[in-house]
Amino acid sequence: VKPYLAILSSRFRMMLQYRAAAIAGVGTQVFFGIVRMMIYDAFYGSSKAVQPMSHGQVITYIWLGQAMLLLVMLDVDRDVAAMVRTGSVAYELIRPVDLYGLWFSRAFSGRAAPLIMRSIPIFVIASLFFGLGAPVSFTAAGLFLVSAIAGLALASAITTLITISVIWTVSGDGIGRLVPPLVFFCSGIGVPLPLFPDWLQRAIAILPFRGLIDTPFRIYMGHLAGGDALTALAQQGLWIVGLVLAGRMALQRGMSRLVVQGG
Amino acid sequence: MDALRLYGKYVEASFRSQMQYRTSFLIRALGHFITTALEFMAFAVLFERFGQIRGWTLSQMGLFYGIISVAFSIAEAGARGFDRFSDLVKAGDFDRMLLRPRFAAFQVLGQEFQLMRIGRFTQGWIVLLWAAHRLRIAWSISELVLTGSAIVGGACLFSGLFVLQATICFWTTESLEIVNCTTYGGVETAQFPLTIYKGWFRSIFIFVIPLATINYFPIHAILGLNDPIGSTRLLQWLSPLAGVAFLAVCVLFWRFGVRHYTSTGS
Repeated sequence: VKPYLAILSSRFRMMLQYRAAAIAGVGTQVFFGIVRMMIYDAFYGSSKAVQPMSHGQVITYIWLGQAMLLLVMLDVDRDVAAMVRTGSVAYELIRPVDLYGLWFSRAFSGRAAPLIMRSIPIFVIASLFFGLGAPVSFTAAGLFLVSAIAGLALASAITTLITISVIWTVSGDGIGRLVPPLVFFCSGIGVPLPLFPDWLQRAIAILPFRGLIDTPFRIYMGHLAGGDALTALAQQGLWIVGLVLAGRMALQRGMSRLVVQGG
Repeated sequence: MDALRLYGKYVEASFRSQMQYRTSFLIRALGHFITTALEFMAFAVLFERFGQIRGWTLSQMGLFYGIISVAFSIAEAGARGFDRFSDLVKAGDFDRMLLRPRFAAFQVLGQEFQLMRIGRFTQGWIVLLWAAHRLRIAWSISELVLTGSAIVGGACLFSGLFVLQATICFWTTESLEIVNCTTYGGVETAQFPLTIYKGWFRSIFIFVIPLATINYFPIHAILGLNDPIGSTRLLQWLSPLAGVAFLAVCVLFWRFGVRHYTSTGS
C-alpha cells in the first residue's frame, strides 16, 4: 500500500501546480452551466406535464455535473501512452510494484486532484447564485460522498483499461476517440438519465457509465433513496471490480506480447 | 490569384500529410461524427420529453443546429492554424513567418486544413437536410441564398473568433481556455433559438458576438416567421454580412497585434 500512497501524494502535489488552468476551467464550466440552466428553464417553462425529475432537481443535477465534470472526461493517460510508444515502459516493468496498481493509482490521483480543485469553487458559486440545492439529508450526503468516490474509482478503472489498450493499438487514438461520445450520452452529463425514455433508460442502466455521475447525483438529491440507492451503489461496486479484473487480465496478456520499441 | 494558388498548395500538402495516417484519419472523422450525432440525439430525447421549447419544434431546431454545425466545422477545419497559434508563438516559429514575403495571417491560415472535421460537417448537413425535409422547405433560389449566406457568414464569424483567440496570444503567449466560451460555447448556445435565453444573454449574441445574425435572423426569413424581437425581413436577409464584418474587424485587430509582437526568444 505504501508505494501507492506515495504515488497518490506526489501526483496530487504535481497537479496542484496547475492553479491557473483550474481557474480558467472553473470560469468555462460556470459559463456552460449558465447556458444549460437557461435551456432547461425554457424546456420546463414549455410543458405542464409532470416530469420524472422536478425543475429544481434538474438544475441541481446540471450544476453537480459542471462541478464534477472531470468524472466523465475519460481519456487515455497520455504519459503512459507515450511510454509505450517510446519504449520507456520497460522501466515501469522494473519497478518493484504491481504494474496495474501503479497505473490505476496514477489515473485515480491524476483525476482526484483537479476534480477537487475545480469542484469546490463551482459548488460554492452555484449554491450561492444558481440554485444548486443542498443534499436532502445527512444520510444522502454521506452516501453521495461514498458514491462519488466510487464514481472516481470507476472512471479510473475505465481509463486504465483504455490506457492498457494502447499496448495493442500503439496510438490509442481509436478507443480514445470513441469512448467519450458514448460516455457523454450514457452517463447523464448530456441529458440527465431520468429524462430519457423508459426503454432507453433500461438499456443504459446495464452499462457501467451511469455509475460515474448519475448514481451519486441522484443519491444527493434523494431521487434515489433507501433500497434503490443501495442497489445502485452495489452496481457501481460490481462494475469497479469487473473492470479492474478485466484490466488486470488485459495487462497480463499485453505484457506477454509487448515489444519494446526503440533502444 | 497567386495567393489562391499558394493556398491550394498549402491545402494539398495538408491533405497529403493527413492521408499518411489513413486509419487514424478515418477514426477521428468517425469520432467527430458520432460525437455530434449523439449530441443531437440528446436534444431529441429532450424534445421527446417536453414536446417543444418555447414553441419551437425539434425540426425547427434542426435548422438552427445544422447551419451552426456546418459553419463551425468549416471554420474549425480552415482556421485550425489560428486555433493552435500559441504553439507557434511559444516555439518561436512565428518569427520565421514574419521574414517570408507573404502576409503572416495568410501563412498561419495555410498551416493546416483539418480534414477530420468532415465528421461534424457531414452530420450538420444530415440534420439540416432532415429538418428542411420535415419542415417541407421548398428549395427555391431565396432559400438557397439564405441558407448559403448564413453558412458562409457563420464560417467567417467563427474564423474571426479563432483569429481573435490567436491575437490574444501576442500578449499572453498562452492560449486562453476562456475563449472556448465564445467558440464552443457559442456553438452550444446558438443551437437553440436565441429567444429562449434571458435578455442580457441574448444581447451578447446579437451585438457582441453576432451569432444571431447567422442563424436566428436568416431562419426567420427561411421559415417565413415573424420575429418576436422585431427584426424586419430586410435585416434578416442582410444579417449574415455581419459575420463577414466581424471577421474583418478581427483581422484588423490581428494586424495591430502583429505590430506589437515581441518574440519569446526560444
